[in-house]
Amino acid sequence: MRKFSVFALAKEAMKSHKGWDKQWDNPEPRSSYDVIIVGAGGHGLATAYYLASEHGITNIAVLEKGWLGGGNTGRNTTIIRSNYLYDESAGIYNHAINLWEGLSQELNYNIMFSQRGVLMLQHNVHDVQVAKRHIHANRLNGVDNAWLTPDEAKAFCPPLNISKSARYPVMGAALQRKGGVARHDAVAWGYARAASAMGVHIIQNCEVKGINRNTDGAVSGVETTRGTINAKKVGVVAAGHTTPLMDMAGIQMPLESYPLQALVSEPVKPVFPCVVMSNTVHAYISQSDKGELVIGAGTDQYTSYSQTGGLHIITHTLEAICEMFPMFARMKMLRSWGGIVDVTPDRSPILAKTPVKGLYVNCGWGTGGFKATPGSGNVFAHTIARDEPHKINAGFTLERFRNGRLIDEAAAAAVAH
Amino acid sequence: MLLVHCPYCEEERPELEFAGAGEAHIARPANMADISDEEFEKFFFIRENQKGIVFERWRHIHGCGRFFNAVRNSVSDKFIKTYKAGEKKPKLTKAEIASVLPPAKGTPANEPIHTAPTTTGKGDAK
Repeated sequence: MRKFSVFALAKEAMKSHKGWDKQWDNPEPRSSYDVIIVGAGGHGLATAYYLASEHGITNIAVLEKGWLGGGNTGRNTTIIRSNYLYDESAGIYNHAINLWEGLSQELNYNIMFSQRGVLMLQHNVHDVQVAKRHIHANRLNGVDNAWLTPDEAKAFCPPLNISKSARYPVMGAALQRKGGVARHDAVAWGYARAASAMGVHIIQNCEVKGINRNTDGAVSGVETTRGTINAKKVGVVAAGHTTPLMDMAGIQMPLESYPLQALVSEPVKPVFPCVVMSNTVHAYISQSDKGELVIGAGTDQYTSYSQTGGLHIITHTLEAICEMFPMFARMKMLRSWGGIVDVTPDRSPILAKTPVKGLYVNCGWGTGGFKATPGSGNVFAHTIARDEPHKINAGFTLERFRNGRLIDEAAAAAVAH
Repeated sequence: MLLVHCPYCEEERPELEFAGAGEAHIARPANMADISDEEFEKFFFIRENQKGIVFERWRHIHGCGRFFNAVRNSVSDKFIKTYKAGEKKPKLTKAEIASVLPPAKGTPANEPIHTAPTTTGKGDAK
């Protein structure tokens, strides 16, 4: 793999950029590996990368049904923040932020991480109380978060409508300055490139059809559309498709899969300096470096694997956005799409060992997994390599739905996720 | 947006009138205080979340207000049928299941999902 640098770029510029290599290999699957990761999205590729870079395990296959980064990694609204209420969540999301900060350098790949600030608007007395509680809890956990008055919020994000006559007037906002966005595709590509350079096999168009087990019950490998592949350790990192995959190993999951939609506008000049979220009116908006407004909508009310959703869901979000930012009322929307998100009952992820020896699962990120990509991959790699969880993901077990130790971000966020 | 048939109103209405209410046919244990943690987990948290045929509850919240059940394919989002609360889980025929299959791979997105099988035999293309 050729390193990206100013000199390499200048050299290639003189040669019409004809000397660049492929960024990752496209190998034929071997008959066996040390570890198989099912799912080449951001979390799966990050897991493979950290297994190779931090745990010295490079004999890894990352199997992908479609193409790498083609699922939720390429469909999310790229928002990164860590201002969650509970200690466990603060731990893992802040671990991710710390990794995001050095990730472009570490991967030698520009993931366009931009800490432009995430502003979470509050529209009623209850919102304000909850937000202030979050801010205090965050600061006790070392997570940056601050309270802004409506005027301060307007100064931070000038397009914001803080008129008292708005349908849902802004009563203040919580601002996480370390939050921001990153280029989602580049995250998958950067991890794929770095992992491939260390010998990890990324095998696309290879759907897992079954999980094989030994007579003692332990995992022995997987059946795929490209034949049987053996491994003593299998990590399932398959987002919305976790339930059917875990069914193959006889494990029933506390998950439901819903379509979550996003959309982008026509590109315009830079008008929007930060990320704005409102849980109450349910709108998520930022502007990409390409100039499009990137807008996140809600989930549908029924479970589905259709990767599409109802038009009324995105209409609802756009109505809220036009109310908060009247200047966008005449923008044209270019594209909308859906991804399938796997939602746990407490809206916190599962990163854990399973009752089947050698089988590990990283799922349940629901509507907000992108922000955790490096942290998730990092601690999941630790869990697979050492066969025990890292202290950061020790609470995100599968057993918590049995023993009651929930991490109830669902109630904490006070929003229909 | 889905069109949902309410078995009480006997009308197909837009999804906006309805509230989804999760997986159907989950019986709440009558002896809640006695069941084990495993049984409680299975009742309260574990969901089938099938990729394919799902049985689910809906409520006609902006209509008659009543709960009922539905059978749907969770890939094509097409309903097979809806039926009243309390009725037994219906046995589905092969034809019913086939009628809600998603389009085959490679089908353009704007093609109709259901095409009647052409069984006119070979040689009819001339």
